Amino acid sequence: MALDPDAVGRTYAPPAPYLVGREKIREFADAIGESGAAYRDPAAAAALGHPDVIAPPTFPILLAMPASVAVCADLGIDMAHVVHGDQRFAYTRPVRAGDRLVSVTTVEKVMARAGNEFLSTRTDITTDTGEAVVAVWSRLVVRP
Amino acid sequence: MTPGTALPAQTYRVTRADLVRYAGASLDFNPIHWSDRRATEVGLPGVIAHGMFTMALAGRAVTTWAGPDAVIEFSVRFARPVVVPDDEEGAEVTVGGTVLTVSDGVAEVDLAVTSGGDKVLSLARARMRL
Repeated sequence: MALDPDAVGRTYAPPAPYLVGREKIREFADAIGESGAAYRDPAAAAALGHPDVIAPPTFPILLAMPASVAVCADLGIDMAHVVHGDQRFAYTRPVRAGDRLVSVTTVEKVMARAGNEFLSTRTDITTDTGEAVVAVWSRLVVRP
Repeated sequence: MTPGTALPAQTYRVTRADLVRYAGASLDFNPIHWSDRRATEVGLPGVIAHGMFTMALAGRAVTTWAGPDAVIEFSVRFARPVVVPDDEEGAEVTVGGTVLTVSDGVAEVDLAVTSGGDKVLSLARARMRL
């Protein structure tokens, strides 16, 4: 099964913004064993200059990964064959509680090498008023 | 922080229970992260941690070194899986860092992330505001 090269340039965007909540940030911090106060206590976040609790650095994956899964579904890729290859985040600022986030995912590259296929996507995450928050790149390996 | 500085290594324990909790929090219910049967069916030695869970542990180290809101850029390649046995000890992941450059108040750090003697993340880098 070959990835469709015409997929390059296709974009995907969820129909509604993602509302970032304090409870979800706390749940995510708990799940990674992160006990820091800035992720749980609005006063601690305020002391660092943030309007509300901030999210740990990998939190944006909650928006980006569903987009990658949607791209795979669209390309007919069976997730059982997919392995996460690379991941990158470039932050304008931390994600924080209260953010209403819009994400647009673009297929950047498809390629094949040594029997595997590779799917690279970029997800631009902004607020629903257009403020840049974080850019996310993923490369997935599709094994035979 | 100056180029060549070795940052204090951070060690984290990962059990099966942690993978269940992370699956719930991240909505990644891939069975290779909770079922030995399904993991071995696809050729893995057993249940492995989510790659993004391992990256999150590396992120904890980076924020320990630089502060909770200092990360400007963070990237990894997933090199080898972190196998998490179904026992009380689980697996251990160690994150070390070496400062590569410091410029305009930003440090670039090379991360060394290992588990069970294997390098589990490669090309692991973070840029952080000092």
